[in-house]
Amino acid sequence: MTNEVLVKDKDIVVPGELLAEGMGNLPGQGTYRDGEKILAARLGLVQVDGRTIKLKQLAGRYLPKTGDTIICKVFEVNFSGWRVETNSAYPAMLSLKDATSSFIQRGADLTQFYDIGDNVVCQVTNVTSQNLVDVSMKGPGLRKLAGGRIIEVNTNKVPRIIGKQGSMIQMIKEATKCNITVGQNGLVWIDGDIDGEIVAVDVIKKIEEEAHQSGLTDRIKEYLSKVKVK
Amino acid sequence: MMNKNLYGHILKVLKSGKRFDGRGLTDYRKISVETGVTKTAEGSALVRIGETEVMAGVKLEVSKPYPDTPDKGTIIVGAELLPLSSPEFETGPPGIKAIELARVVDRGVRESGFLDFKKMCIEEGEKVWTALIDVCSMNDAGNLMDACYLAAFAALKDVRLPKFDGEKLDYKEKTSKKLPLSADDPISVTVVKIGEHILIDPTIEEGKVIDARITVNSKKDGTLCALQKGEETPLMPEEIVEMVDLAVEKSKELRGAIK
Amino acid sequence: MGYDKRIDDRKVDEYRKVEAKVGVIKRADGSAYFKIGNTWAYAAVYGPRNLYPKFLQNPEKGILRCHYNMMPFSSGGDRVRPGGSRRSKEISMVTKNSLLPVLDLSEYPNSVVDVFIELPQTEAGSRCAGITAASMALADAGLLMKDLISSVSVGRVDDKLVVDLDYYEESYPDGPVADVPLAIMPGTGEITLLQMDGEVEKDDLKKLLDLGKKACMEIYEVQKKALKERYEQKQGR
Repeated sequence: MTNEVLVKDKDIVVPGELLAEGMGNLPGQGTYRDGEKILAARLGLVQVDGRTIKLKQLAGRYLPKTGDTIICKVFEVNFSGWRVETNSAYPAMLSLKDATSSFIQRGADLTQFYDIGDNVVCQVTNVTSQNLVDVSMKGPGLRKLAGGRIIEVNTNKVPRIIGKQGSMIQMIKEATKCNITVGQNGLVWIDGDIDGEIVAVDVIKKIEEEAHQSGLTDRIKEYLSKVKVK
Repeated sequence: MMNKNLYGHILKVLKSGKRFDGRGLTDYRKISVETGVTKTAEGSALVRIGETEVMAGVKLEVSKPYPDTPDKGTIIVGAELLPLSSPEFETGPPGIKAIELARVVDRGVRESGFLDFKKMCIEEGEKVWTALIDVCSMNDAGNLMDACYLAAFAALKDVRLPKFDGEKLDYKEKTSKKLPLSADDPISVTVVKIGEHILIDPTIEEGKVIDARITVNSKKDGTLCALQKGEETPLMPEEIVEMVDLAVEKSKELRGAIK
Repeated sequence: MGYDKRIDDRKVDEYRKVEAKVGVIKRADGSAYFKIGNTWAYAAVYGPRNLYPKFLQNPEKGILRCHYNMMPFSSGGDRVRPGGSRRSKEISMVTKNSLLPVLDLSEYPNSVVDVFIELPQTEAGSRCAGITAASMALADAGLLMKDLISSVSVGRVDDKLVVDLDYYEESYPDGPVADVPLAIMPGTGEITLLQMDGEVEKDDLKKLLDLGKKACMEIYEVQKKALKERYEQKQGR
């Protein structure tokens, strides 16, 4: 019985492309099995993990996941709380009980807490099968954002932008002297001096472009050392 | 209301004399103009300003002139904000934004005398050339107004008249004859105001927080041919003069991009 | 006598010169253009995104919407009046039906994936060019797809069976003509678009489908290359 892996790590493959033949391999994320064949289920980057062949997603809009920290924008205020845009196909609900650790009095003007147009950092607490989403703002780091600007990046590149245990983003914050919050939904908040902001945006876009190249961390370190921010 | 945070931050940044992308307040993004991009149009152009992209095509037809101008040809300008070019645009007939774009481009071309309509007459009272100009957004990254006008302008310069034997038009055979265009090269520049700052070539983000804008069409010698003020905030006469002066100054850069 | 020589000297199974590029509309979630001869189609994908009005939503999976449109200056003759026509609505529908079989939108209930196809230049084979471009744009948008879709027209001009009829051949005056737009899933050979205008002998149909499949497989290689080039460039290779 033949068993052949036809691609190697870091190959770019298109939907339907033949990745492996034979029953000796397992179809991982982003792939599917058709008889003896393992095929790509989307455009992706090959990752061979032992006998499992999976694809790293390169593109695609954000899909809310429980536990994610995301940056949202309030677009509606009603009796039970706020509705927010999540930079995905699905708006989320921020209910009264999850909004803040402060006490919200009955009949209070909710816009005093969060108003239409406010940007907030929140956490996804629940996603139903219909993709109805609940978010909460009770927790460390969850807050209303004031000032600053928000840029959009490819949600699939967020892990690279954050880096291992936040190392990459920490490096950028220190070099540019900016406050930066990265949302899993591909929205990044940056606040600092204009020169620092320009460099921060530049670097983040660079990471987005070169996310899968090796030696990225060193290149970014070198780039940041060249641009000094007062 | 949806953008009050953005507005505040942009004002803070503009005070430093720079913008989010590092440009100065009176800097255009990179401009490129390509002509003859589609063979089916009699004249066409693809204009890029930064990542904004607009395609314009001109089709020529022979028709009966309007009864009050029996010896003049004419233009009809259409503008489409194609849903392909932005998540904000929908399918359907042109909304007010597209209509304004078309009318401002039309005014710029018509009122400047860029086209000599009398020279577009074939047979008085019977047959005149009509130039049908269509501008379509291909990617909206802000400042569609200037990109649309520049594309229409370049497309008109690119036109070669199809063969007309007096009775029938043969689109398959293009003559070497061009449209009767003046050498004044009228160009449109849009100048915007955010807070107390005056700038040109707004990006999408800047476009969200504009207080007022003026689109100015001017000839090479600085003569003004058309004006359009937009958005809700009123302007003082001194501000208008300042913005118009900037527009006339910057039109030289756009003219340079056409070669 | 018969149809001896194609106007541009092509062989009967040869399609016009093709060109494909992915990632051409920056604001879109996925995009591409495809040129075949003088026919040029752009496709842009937005989604999955919010879908209103609510009654259009499907609680089981996302829906696909396709919108095919010829730009006003895209015809070799008169200007095309904007706003679409019955023809463009029908093409929008068959385009959608040709792409849907490979898409898995079950992760996106109640949402929509919009595909917009715009043609700045048309000279026969426009719906096939649109589908070929749209398939690349959908892949570029990162959607779950079990395969691409490749499309080209085949047909009959007088006594010859040909691939990729051009404008002259579609209206060939000296004999019977048939125009058969075709789209296939390259992996399995399944046909997702099939239409026909004209006269074809029943026994020739199978030959035409085989001819079409062979051409589509070659176009598939062009699509694959364009998709990989877009991402390999980003990786600096």
